[in-house]
Order: sequence, then C-alpha cells, then structure tokens
Amino acid sequence: MSIAAKFEIEYLQYLDAEGKQVRDDLPAFAQDLDQMVELYKLMLSTRVFDAKSIALQRTGKLGTYASCLGHEAAHVGIGSAMKPEDVLAPSYREYGAQLYRGVQPREVYMYWGGDERGNDYQNEPARHDFAWSVPIATQCLHAAGSALAFKIRGEKRVAVCTIGDGGSSKGDFYGAINIAGAQNLPMVAVIVNNQWAISVPRKIQSGAPTLAQKGIAAGLYCIQVDGNDIIAVRKAMEDALERARNGEGGSVIEAVTYRLGDHTTADDARRYRGEQEVKDAWAKDPVKRLKNWLVARKVWDDKKEEAWKAECDDWMDNEVNAYLETKTQPVSAMFDYTFAEIPADLEKQRDLALSLENKAH
Amino acid sequence: MAQITLIEAVTQALAYEMAHDESVVVLGEDVGVNGGVFRATQGLQEKFGELRVLDTPLDETTIAGVTVGMAAQGMKPVAEAQFEGFIYPMMEQIACHAARLRNRTRGRITVPAVWRAPWGGGIRAPEHHSEANEHLFTNIPGLRVVLPSSPARAYGLLLAAIRDPDPVMFFEPKRIYRQYKEEVPDDGEALPLDVCFVLRDGTDVTLVTWGAQVKETLEAADALAAEGISAEVIDVATLTPLDFDTIAESVAKTGRCVIVHEAPKTAGFGAEIAARLAEECMYDLLAPVERVTGFDTHIPLFRLEMKYLPSTERVVEAAKRTLAAS
Ligand SMILES: Cc1ncc(C[n+]2csc(CCOP(=O)(O)OP(=O)(O)O)c2C)c(N)n1
Ligand SMILES: [Mg+2]
Repeated sequence: MSIAAKFEIEYLQYLDAEGKQVRDDLPAFAQDLDQMVELYKLMLSTRVFDAKSIALQRTGKLGTYASCLGHEAAHVGIGSAMKPEDVLAPSYREYGAQLYRGVQPREVYMYWGGDERGNDYQNEPARHDFAWSVPIATQCLHAAGSALAFKIRGEKRVAVCTIGDGGSSKGDFYGAINIAGAQNLPMVAVIVNNQWAISVPRKIQSGAPTLAQKGIAAGLYCIQVDGNDIIAVRKAMEDALERARNGEGGSVIEAVTYRLGDHTTADDARRYRGEQEVKDAWAKDPVKRLKNWLVARKVWDDKKEEAWKAECDDWMDNEVNAYLETKTQPVSAMFDYTFAEIPADLEKQRDLALSLENKAH
Repeated sequence: MAQITLIEAVTQALAYEMAHDESVVVLGEDVGVNGGVFRATQGLQEKFGELRVLDTPLDETTIAGVTVGMAAQGMKPVAEAQFEGFIYPMMEQIACHAARLRNRTRGRITVPAVWRAPWGGGIRAPEHHSEANEHLFTNIPGLRVVLPSSPARAYGLLLAAIRDPDPVMFFEPKRIYRQYKEEVPDDGEALPLDVCFVLRDGTDVTLVTWGAQVKETLEAADALAAEGISAEVIDVATLTPLDFDTIAESVAKTGRCVIVHEAPKTAGFGAEIAARLAEECMYDLLAPVERVTGFDTHIPLFRLEMKYLPSTERVVEAAKRTLAAS
C-alpha cells in the first residue's frame, strides 16, 4: 500500500488541571515569573471585568452580553503573544485578548449597551484591530485579507483570527484557512473550542476527532492545546506567529476550553446541558490552575490576590462610571457615518430625523 | 380554547404540520433541545425526534443548501435562520437554486421549502439582530415572501407556506412575537397566500403595511379616528406575489395612501407599491403617496433604534398630510 498523505495532531499542555507542571521544557516566557504574574493578573482582571458586565446587564444597564468566563487563559494567551503591529480579528467574547491590546472595558460596555462608539477602540494597538464580528466566522476572511495585504506589501506582520467551535463549521472559516495555505499567508486562526455553540454541542459540528486538523487540509500547521493552560496557548501562539512572520506559513490552533457561563445573558444553559458537566469543567478552571502554579513558586499569594482584585474593582468601577456617564449620541449620528460625506439625498432624511427629534422634546 | 402569542402560533403550526405530514422536517441552529433562541421550535424535537428536528452545524450555507436538496427529494423542510441578519449566506442557495429550479428544469425539479427567520428591530438586541431585509427577497422571481402580523395569521400562513409547492420566505416580526394573545384553533386550517388582509375598513385614507408595523399602523388608525379621520388598514402579508388589487380597490375608495415599513426607504418594498399606484391608480389619487419608513441607514444599535423605526406619530402625520393635500 502506498500512502498519499499522513498526519497527526500534537496536543500541548504544560499545566494540568491542578496547576501541576507536566513537562520540564518550559518556554522562555514562562521561566520569567514576573511575566507570568502579569499574565495571571490580566486573567484575573478579565474575570473581574466579566462579572461586572453581567452585574450591569442584570441591573438593566447593559443589553445582551456575551460572557468570557472560563476563556481567560485562551484569550490572554492569544493577545499577549501578539506583537503590537499584528492585527486581531475577533468574534465577540475575546475580551482577555482585547484588553491586553488596549480595548477599554467602557468600550465593551458601550457596544453591548447599544452604542456604536464601543466599536471605535481608542487605544493602540487595538485601534488597528478589527471590531467585534457577530456574523459568525466572517472575521476569518478579514484576517486572511489582512495577511494578504501584509504579504503584498512585504510587511512582517501577522493577522490573527479567533473563531468558535461552532464557527469552524462555516464556509468563511474554511475559505480563510484555504487561501492562507494556498498563498502561504501570515495568518493564525485560533479555534476557541469551548464545547458549545449556544445549545449545540461540539459533536454536532464535525465528525473529525479534532478541529485543529481542519487546517491540515488547507496545508497549515496544526496543533491542539489545553486552552485552559495559558502556557500552552501562548507557546503555540508564539511558534505560530514566528513561523508566519518569517514567511513559513500559517497555522490553526485549537484551544480546548469550556464555556462556564451561559452563551449570553439572553441564554439559559440549564435548558440543554447538565450540572455535572459544568462542575467538571470548573475543576479545570484556567485561573485557579495558574494561581496554584504561581503560589507553588512563591510569587503569588492570597494577599496579593485580594490587593489586585481590589485594584481591578476600582478600575472597573471607574470604567462603569465612564460608560454610564456617556450621553446617548444625537440622532444625526445614525446618518453621519454612512458615507465619507453625507450625500444630499440622505441629508434630507437626516433633517427629517432631526426635526422629529426636536418635536419630541 | 387556548389563547396564544404569535410565536406560539408558529410552534403550533409546525407541530400540526409535522404530525400530519411526515415529509415535514425542521432544521437550523439551536432548534432542537433548546427549541430555538426565541423558542419557536420548543418541544418539537421531543415530539418528533432528532432527525425531523435537526440541529445543524453552524453554517447558513449548509442549512440553505441541504434544504434545497431535501426539498428536491420530495421532503418539506422548514429551515430556520436564527436572525434575519444572518440570512445572507443563504441567499445564494435561495436565489440561484430554490427560487429557480422549477424554471430552469422546466418543472422537473421543485423546491417546496420554507425559510423562517425572526425579523426586524425594536427588541434592544445586539448588532446584526434587528434588520428588516424583506426587500432583498421580493426582487427574486419564483420566491414567495410572507410576513405574518398576528397569531392567527402566523398559524394560517405558515401552514400555507409549508403546503405551498414553491419556496417561501417566512419572516416573523420578533418585536410582536409576544405582544398579545388571541385564540387560534389548532384545526390545520391554512390562510390563503398571495392576498392582502384588510384589518380595518375606512374611507379617508389607506394605510398599507406589514409585519411589526401593523401595530403602529393600527394605533395610528385609532388616533386618526379620534380626530374624525377614517383610515383603512391593509396588512400586505404576502409581499410577493403581490395582491395589488386589494390595495387598488381601497385607494379607489379613499384616494389617499400611506405605506409604512421598517426597512430603509430607498428600494424598500414600499417603493414597489408606490410605483404600482402611480402606474395603475394615478387618477384615483387625491394626494401624493406617502411613505413612512426606516431611514437609508443601518439600523442603529439599540440606544437609537426607536428613532429609526417608524412611529405611530409619523404615520398619523403622514396620513394628515394626504388629507391636507386635497
Ligand atoms: C452567521 C451567524 N449565524 C448565527 C449566529 C447566531 N449565533 C451567535 S453565537 C452562535 C454560536 C457560536 O458558537 P461558537 O462558534 O462555538 O462560538 P462561542 O459563542 O461558543 O464562543 C450563534 C449560532 C450568528 N451570530 N451569526
Ligand atoms: Mg463555542
């Protein structure tokens, strides 16, 4: 028998569920404990931020909100491995990556609070990243297009897209990795496999044993990592980014994690999944795991944790206040960004809207 | 008899038809155990099993394309787009195949399928969850576009849509999914497609609308009545093929017409009705036709969305303008 092609998918993990190190070859960044503490702090602040968002929604101050609970290692791992000049094309819950890149909590609140200005990230490098992409998987092609632009212009930059397990079923995802392979694009696609696409479990999305292997068919490097182990996520990202930056090809990384919360605040996950499953998933909590590892290395303790949480609370309170104090846009804002210059015909409609507004007051 | 909401009427129609016709299947994202994100398919998987109520992989092209394939094999698939804003990847399958196969195969292959989607704004939803894009489908030959506006019409028209031998887009106005309840007997009685429903008789002005705007339009008719103005209200219900006769008859009587819709004004379906009035009813008209519509902008996120959607006051004012004109 002659074999036309053969493949295997590596699974990468450094820290097990308890935070015990399961291999000795720690990557360089993980040997720098100060840096690991910084990563941990961002994971924790992401979690504080998330809880605050949900509280805001529950008290009627936010619309529907998509929580990132349980994804902190995956998201911070992605964001922290990227260079400022790289470009992120996220879906809608990758706050850990985005906060790292300068997105402000108030911007997240504005977006889910019904204000377009939330998409207008003020800080670099987020300012040159894409805005949240709610139409599933469409952002993957934007990453491919960005990577194509980098290639054409000879820039040493990488485009990164994140996508869910559900989203990896969509043609846009397949198209993106396909052109990335065909054109040898500097692109990294991270499938954040949190086991659920709203109520639809992972097994309904694909008959393949891993989602990472979808990239094989596209000619990309593929790896599956423990998505609750930030060292694994970040290491896989660093390798993939370096290859891409050096013109050695794109990658698909599957980060295996779990959506600990409801899909969004409009969802009730108890309708479709058992309590035990969620309990088991909490035992693999990415935050607790890294904490255990840091505590064992004596660079973190409960006192530091409380102090940092208090700092995060202050930060978030400040962000919440800034959000709540933001006045609703004038009705003209509905029109002003439709084109570079408002066309005469649309201006008439804007005048009508303004006159209706004045009458209402 | 039970009083039910519009969305419960959708569920009731699906359950009725699935129980009476084995070829009817429901497919889409989260339609199974979860019963759809709005609960339109609540309880159906339990009743009819995982093959007849199928959670699909997350890909609208897949959903639309397998729907065409199943329908071509003689099944009656009812596919769900989770929101109208996510229907765009389905359009290739709908325009190039579903709506076209009868014609291009001279009737050999047909597509008796239904595509349902929650439609429209006004529920403080996130981005891309509030579009009104029915006009993108009314321009596709061979396709029916239906928008129910009451529990009874949702039930009767959905049954008709499933039984229809051709593809039907069935847009459900989510803003009024649970607006009110009414008695809807579960008798399997379909309502006719391709006809407008006159919801209120009047003599001074004809108000033409569909979907969720039926609410504001009926409110406007009440407000006008309080001022002694008699408005006739027409729910178009099936946009294409259009029952223009009902509209023309009404306008022949009133001489005035206000068209109300949520979608952007330019090339919205109101433009078609206005053009037909200009072509066929010019000499009945006592005043220019008015349109009260969404603006030619993207529907804003929810802080501003109510300033985008046509209000009752705007409909009242437009009606009065037509009266002032003559
Ligand atoms: C094209 C499209 N179809 C449907 C939806 C509705 N929707 C929002 S999130 C979601 C599930 C996404 O699951 P997954 O890709 O696994 O990402 P996760 O939410 O789990 O992060 C669906 C179906 C959408 N936003 N876009
Ligand atoms: Mg998922």
